[in-house]
Amino acid sequence: MSDNAIPMPSRRALLGATGRTLSVSALAMVTGSGIAGISSAHAADPSQDVDILNAAIALEYEGIAAYQIAATSGLLQPAVVEIGVTFQGHHKGHRDILVKAVETLGGTPVTEKPLEEYAAGLNVASLRNQEDVLRLALRLEQGAANAYLGLIPSLGVNFHQVAGQMAGDEAFHAAILANALGEPIPKAALIFG
Amino acid sequence: MKFRLSIALCILAAFFFGTAFAGPAQQSSPQDARRMPTGDSVVPDTVSQALLERGEKLYVRRCGGCHSLDRNRTGPRHRGVYGRKAGSVADFRYSKALQLLNLIWTAETLDRWLENPAAVARGTSMGFRLGKADERKAVIAYLKSLSDTAERQGKN
Repeated sequence: MSDNAIPMPSRRALLGATGRTLSVSALAMVTGSGIAGISSAHAADPSQDVDILNAAIALEYEGIAAYQIAATSGLLQPAVVEIGVTFQGHHKGHRDILVKAVETLGGTPVTEKPLEEYAAGLNVASLRNQEDVLRLALRLEQGAANAYLGLIPSLGVNFHQVAGQMAGDEAFHAAILANALGEPIPKAALIFG
Repeated sequence: MKFRLSIALCILAAFFFGTAFAGPAQQSSPQDARRMPTGDSVVPDTVSQALLERGEKLYVRRCGGCHSLDRNRTGPRHRGVYGRKAGSVADFRYSKALQLLNLIWTAETLDRWLENPAAVARGTSMGFRLGKADERKAVIAYLKSLSDTAERQGKN
């Protein structure tokens, strides 16, 4: 498909976009970026930000569900459950920030799916012990950190900082999980992204 | 006289055997055979095992936040994606942009997609970009190898 085939946005969409662009200061309050004066690289198409942020919300919902399933699986020691619940709280914090951002942009945040759908998608039926659960959590956290870093170039500049902060949280989780699993410390720099 | 005759015979023998066997010797060399394609030869498979292994590692770490090979998650499952029509996994809810995208996933289209998804389908919810060309090449080779396997097993 050539770029020429991409449909032009309708007048209504453009007007909506203008309205959304005007709410940049409100958006900065939501994300805490404090960069309201900087125009967005995607000011002409904030609806693209809505679509991408909604995918991030979906990612966070999956993370929340994964920790919920793990905490109630009976496979984890109490101390590990406590750490998992703390990490889940971070993911809930991410979700709340992203939901507010989508709403501020005039979009509709995606909703949570039933827990069993997440369980099927993550193939939790294959988990047999605590190490299996920790390895799944590690894969998800590594993937999430890389996902946030990889979507920064596609997001408007107002969201770069918050996406970086979320990537940092996911990388922190991954480091803790990798340490618990006895994984070696990566020798090369630029571990993520 | 005998000496001269011996030299002449040696030269003749060398000429005869050299001419007679030089050709077949060159044709039977495996190395030369690989270098010299014949009319019905196929393009050698240049995808190395190392590239596939790198592609798998990159896939797990970079794509694994949202995708799996066999299960739909935030994004659709990927086994068999190479050669498949975009937006065609039946039980996955795609964005409107992907539903309308008339595209077959090939090395070229996947490369463009991974470099900047919104440039291929504006309105896609996939914002992730894989910026380095060599990393895209490895991931695409890995996905293609899975599609080849799926096709052979009738699971595509």
